[in-house]
Amino acid sequence: MKKLVVIGAGMASGRALEHVFDAAEGAWDVTLFNAEPRGNYNRIMLSPVLSGEKTYEEIVTHDADWYESHGVNCRFGEKVISVDRARKVVVGEKGEVPYDKLMFATGSNPFIIPLPGHDLDGVIAYRDLEDTNRMIDVAAEEGSKAVVIGGGLLGLEAAAGLRFRGMDVTVVHINPWLMERQLDEAAGYLLRKSLVDKGIHIKCAANSKEILGEDGKVKALLLDDGTELPCDLLVMAVGIRPNVALAQDAGLAVGKGIHVDDQMITSDEDILAVGECVEHNGAIFGLVAPLYDQAKVAAKTLMEEEGTFVQKELATKLKVTGCDLFSAGDFADGEGREDIVFRDPARGVYRRLVIEDNKLIGVVMYGDTADSNWFFGLIKDKTDIANMRETVIFGPAYQGGGDMDPLAAVAALPLDAEVCGCNGICKGTIVTAIENGATDLGAVRATTKASASCGTCTGLVEQVLATTLGDDFVLPAAEPMCGCTDLTHEDVRRMIKAQELKSMVSVWQELGWKTVDGCAKCRPALNYYLIADWPLEYLDDPQSRFINERKHANIQKDGTFSVVPRMWGGITNANELRAIADAADKYNVPTVKVTGGQRIDLLGVKGEDLPNIWADLNKAGMVSGHAYSKGLRTVKTCVGTDHCRFGTQDSTGLGIKLEKALWGSWTPHKVKLGVSGCPRNCAEATCKDVGIVCVDSGFQIGIGGAAGMDLKEIQPLAQVETEEEAMQLTIAAIQLYRETAKYLDRMYKWVDKFGLDWVIEQVVDDLDNRQALVERFDLSQTIYQKDPWAQHVEEEAETYQPIANLVLEAAE
Amino acid sequence: MTTWIDIAALEDIPQRGARMVKTAHGCVAVFRTAEDEVFALDNACPHKQGPLAEGIVHGVSVTCPLHNWVISLETGLVQGPDEGSVETYGAQVENGRILLDASKLTTQVAAE
Ligand code: SRM
Ligand SMILES: Cc1cc2nc3c(=O)[nH]c(=O)nc-3n(C[C@H](O)[C@H](O)[C@H](O)COP(=O)(O)OP(=O)(O)OC[C@H]3O[C@@H](n4cnc5c(N)ncnc54)[C@H](O)[C@@H]3O)c2cc1C
Ligand code: SF4
Ligand code: FES
Repeated sequence: MKKLVVIGAGMASGRALEHVFDAAEGAWDVTLFNAEPRGNYNRIMLSPVLSGEKTYEEIVTHDADWYESHGVNCRFGEKVISVDRARKVVVGEKGEVPYDKLMFATGSNPFIIPLPGHDLDGVIAYRDLEDTNRMIDVAAEEGSKAVVIGGGLLGLEAAAGLRFRGMDVTVVHINPWLMERQLDEAAGYLLRKSLVDKGIHIKCAANSKEILGEDGKVKALLLDDGTELPCDLLVMAVGIRPNVALAQDAGLAVGKGIHVDDQMITSDEDILAVGECVEHNGAIFGLVAPLYDQAKVAAKTLMEEEGTFVQKELATKLKVTGCDLFSAGDFADGEGREDIVFRDPARGVYRRLVIEDNKLIGVVMYGDTADSNWFFGLIKDKTDIANMRETVIFGPAYQGGGDMDPLAAVAALPLDAEVCGCNGICKGTIVTAIENGATDLGAVRATTKASASCGTCTGLVEQVLATTLGDDFVLPAAEPMCGCTDLTHEDVRRMIKAQELKSMVSVWQELGWKTVDGCAKCRPALNYYLIADWPLEYLDDPQSRFINERKHANIQKDGTFSVVPRMWGGITNANELRAIADAADKYNVPTVKVTGGQRIDLLGVKGEDLPNIWADLNKAGMVSGHAYSKGLRTVKTCVGTDHCRFGTQDSTGLGIKLEKALWGSWTPHKVKLGVSGCPRNCAEATCKDVGIVCVDSGFQIGIGGAAGMDLKEIQPLAQVETEEEAMQLTIAAIQLYRETAKYLDRMYKWVDKFGLDWVIEQVVDDLDNRQALVERFDLSQTIYQKDPWAQHVEEEAETYQPIANLVLEAAE
Repeated sequence: MTTWIDIAALEDIPQRGARMVKTAHGCVAVFRTAEDEVFALDNACPHKQGPLAEGIVHGVSVTCPLHNWVISLETGLVQGPDEGSVETYGAQVENGRILLDASKLTTQVAAE
């Protein structure tokens, strides 16, 4: 009998041996080494063992009887130390075994990040039964805590299992969303939500710095940002590396893995390799499906039959109960690719298809994965989907053959299909209401409540109206925010508050965005709404801002920028003017202009010079004037009682106080103030967003003025006696505007929509509300009242430079 | 012939962002999408030479900062009602580094 020696009793070699014995029982005398002190078990089922849903015994795939009946010499718990290819023997810890053919199936090693403290007791990987039992033991200790580094498949299964056993678990993930290799941001968001619902803490975009210990035992994980996460167990699940050391020592060709050809033969024709330890055509493997194909081919090769290993599309599922996700193929953006997105926020469903040349090449699904096999089939078979393009996203149930438009898909919905998830309204109920005379959206809402809650099914309800009424129905023209959604700005704002949506991706998902990541119209608006409503929770997204606000300067038609430092209330001094003059010289500023807002504009500054000129201006005590922002611009003042013979109050002083209180705040559109010392109104206060005119008895405050495309006079808000009260009222009115206005509505448009009376009720009459508004404004200012110039000089100066200079490179 | 030049680490460009590369042929904007794909285009909008690297990146498009034309990062073609196109260059990510196909960009200098 020929001698076959196998190194590693894992999932790949187990399957290979089955094929060998099936085809030619008795042809081989097999010796099977395994470093683990046991035979083959279903490694992927360690997760259910960890969570307690299965026992180890249930996941054993080959038991002692099986090995015996096939005459396998089991050398379990014995590591192979070397292979002597010249003599064709394998050297185990307990002695040598000669071979005719040898098969490497050594799997892979978990990667351990070499953080300080990685060798402490209690820091483990997640790979085998020992690791699993270790986790189960620690989880049994009352009140124990675990940290899992790595938010990929393995890390999350470990976290879910530990949580299932009652542990307090935190997942620390370096990327902005979970399972980023398999999921896109939207699916990652939904997954995170399900896991958080299970009580697992998730920290994304978090960098581990050091593992802290006490008496040689792990005590906590320290993150880059200084956060300490106490733990009794630290599981590292950050990836695997093919286990190639032995093969390399034996002189086989090794890259990332052991090189094999299509027949699973290594650089030595008598040695084969299968499983995670191999590298085939540049690829390495981490899921069992391809390993099983390899096992089949390896068995054929051993039997001297034709066999060819071909890499196929792979699909991923996560084995955590209640988290239904599926991803397959390639879903990165790319040349000529197109996305189709479907979201059902009420059910937490997200589905995205990536199409290229009329073929499905990638799919990501979350929530409802019932049709995943059908989609996977379309990918694998490279089916031409040209004639089901409009409806393919709805799944196989809607493929009636031939063309089908989306309305037809709605028409094809059965009567008991749910349309409005919030209120549980079926299509039938809506059709009945329409037949009984509800012929527009308002009437359907009033009679059935469909689309009356979160409103995201509005489009669907309208389509039901359209299919039921035919030509009698005209789609209403409520103007949606942009092409990415059917919702209006008002709806979106309302829902961001009502549903407590605190991130861009949660808005896209929960409100059913039709595009993957919005467009240049909705992103700045969403970024503003989130900043205004959740100043503490939401992190400003510079990539969703128009360039002026991203680079804190006004872009000019030739791509240069203008720089306007703040001049509080229009007051400056020799020192500031000198610094401005010096800067103008130093950076060759072509134009220096006095603006219409009482300050000085340096126009034509090169993008690369911005951080430098800012640093210089900062040194002279000047900060950004936000001349570029949807935020507080200028507070124009006149000289007031300080100098003017008519002045009634200190208009300059009040203007400066207001500017110091308000600067740095973001608003729906720009906000300009004016404070005039008497009704002669030299500061033009009556055409500002907030205008204050000082009189003998106090301060007249008006809002909603403008002198741009529309010329608007302010409307009287209130007259107050003290400066203090004038400040409070101004701040409260601006905060109310911040909280309720549509993005890009100047204050006058907002007053027109909401009514002056309503504003007066909110900020003048209701003193508690005024106070609360001021407090919310102040809270937001604790985050946003920072000079962005100083911050960019400090942290981002580098990003203002070209990322590379090939002119120099080529010349060198 | 393609000549891949390592220009920077992927992290040097924010997701949904861009940075500019200076070349002998003018400035090239290198974009990174939310899915970590990279694209390189001339940094000049076909409308009035707006600096595309300063635009807002969404999906595989960029909106020009000057007058909101939308340009496909894949093809360089202007989308929607407007017309025109921008030169594109090969770009890819390998081991976390951005590689730019500089064959069209350095020829002039190399010949000197
Ligand atoms: C620099 C300045 C003109 C000047 O040289 O004086 C100016 C320059 C610009 N204004 Fe203005 N406005 C300037 C005072 C004004 C004024 C006068 C005032 O504030 O007293 C007005 C009328 C008052 C008003 O706003 O109601 C004014 C009404 C506008 C408008 C129309 C707004 C509207 O609601 O209709 C726009 C367009 C917009 O914001 O959408 C605008 C937009 C612009 C922009 C930002 C256009 C743009 O987006 O690129 C200009 C930037 C030029 C640049 O490249 O730097 N600018 N702009 C003034 C800067 C003031 C400052 O110190 O910050
Ligand atoms: C918890 C967990 C969950 C998973 N879930 C999934 C899933 O849902 N779906 C999926 O497709 N994949 C999953 N995987 C991955 C899957 O388990 C692996 O792809 C598969 O086990 C690899 O098989 P293998 O035969 O290459 O290696 P292994 O199964 O790792 O076997 C290799 C064996 O070789 C032994 N060995 C190594 N060196 C020597 C030596 N010098 N001498 C003797 N013996 C040696 C090792 O001890 C080991 O027993 C999961 C993995 C884990 C750990
Ligand atoms: S008036 Fe028009 S041209 Fe002049 S600065 Fe304002 S926006 Fe520009
Ligand atoms: S220059 Fe780009 S849109 Fe005008």
